[in-house]
Amino acid sequence: MDLRKNLVLGGVAVFAASGDSMLSHGMKQVGSISIHHLQGVIFAILNPWVAVGIILLLGFFATYTTALSWADLTYVLPASSLGYVLVALVAKFFLHEHVSATRWMGIALITGGVGFVAGGPALTQHPDHGGEGSGVQR
Amino acid sequence: MRTIYTWSAILAVVISSVVGDVVLAHAMKQVGDVGDLWRKKGLVVVIRRTVGNPGFSLGVLAMAVSFFCLLFGLSWGDVSLVAPAAASLTFIGNAVAARIFLHERVDRRRWIAASMVAAGVALLAG
Repeated sequence: MDLRKNLVLGGVAVFAASGDSMLSHGMKQVGSISIHHLQGVIFAILNPWVAVGIILLLGFFATYTTALSWADLTYVLPASSLGYVLVALVAKFFLHEHVSATRWMGIALITGGVGFVAGGPALTQHPDHGGEGSGVQR
Repeated sequence: MRTIYTWSAILAVVISSVVGDVVLAHAMKQVGDVGDLWRKKGLVVVIRRTVGNPGFSLGVLAMAVSFFCLLFGLSWGDVSLVAPAAASLTFIGNAVAARIFLHERVDRRRWIAASMVAAGVALLAG
């Protein structure tokens, strides 16, 4: 696992966490959207927080699909869950929100789980896989 | 009755999101290492090969379905139940599906990791 791949996995977590947070902040400013007034969605996109949130989530999708091109799904998903930990840490140290003991336990479990999976190989080698698709499978 | 609706929505979120992840992962393995492909053939080829893969569109569609099921679930049930239940069950569902359909080697290490992350997500959002 080289530096580039680690950066992509870090990007998955950072983009997911920051995108979700911005979208959530923006949508609280916009207010609830009713199914009968769908034009509200357009106003929601005009909110700068929502717009930046969407751009960041596109970044998430790009890094996520990139990671899936060279790593197993069961490797990428735990790595991307570090985003949850990032959100909790940002809430604690930048927004000075209270993070309960239960949440700290959740953070510890996710971090431990990611550490566990990161210690193993990123991709299952399929010896019988060579001819499939048009890809550059390694 | 509301509980049945809520759990049906959670189940729908989990199934569609697992289908989306698995199909997308399969499609991206067919595309091949995006970084290598970009260096050798350029970004246009990467985008054309990715978007042109039917699995990619199907994966995105399944993820969109999952998103709307989540919205329905959130309108029926509490966010503190729906969001963590859907997220953590998706982790477990993905581990099972990746083993069956993608033939990933989900060894003890990965089972423990998936369970720890699932439990952690449930605690974090609870």
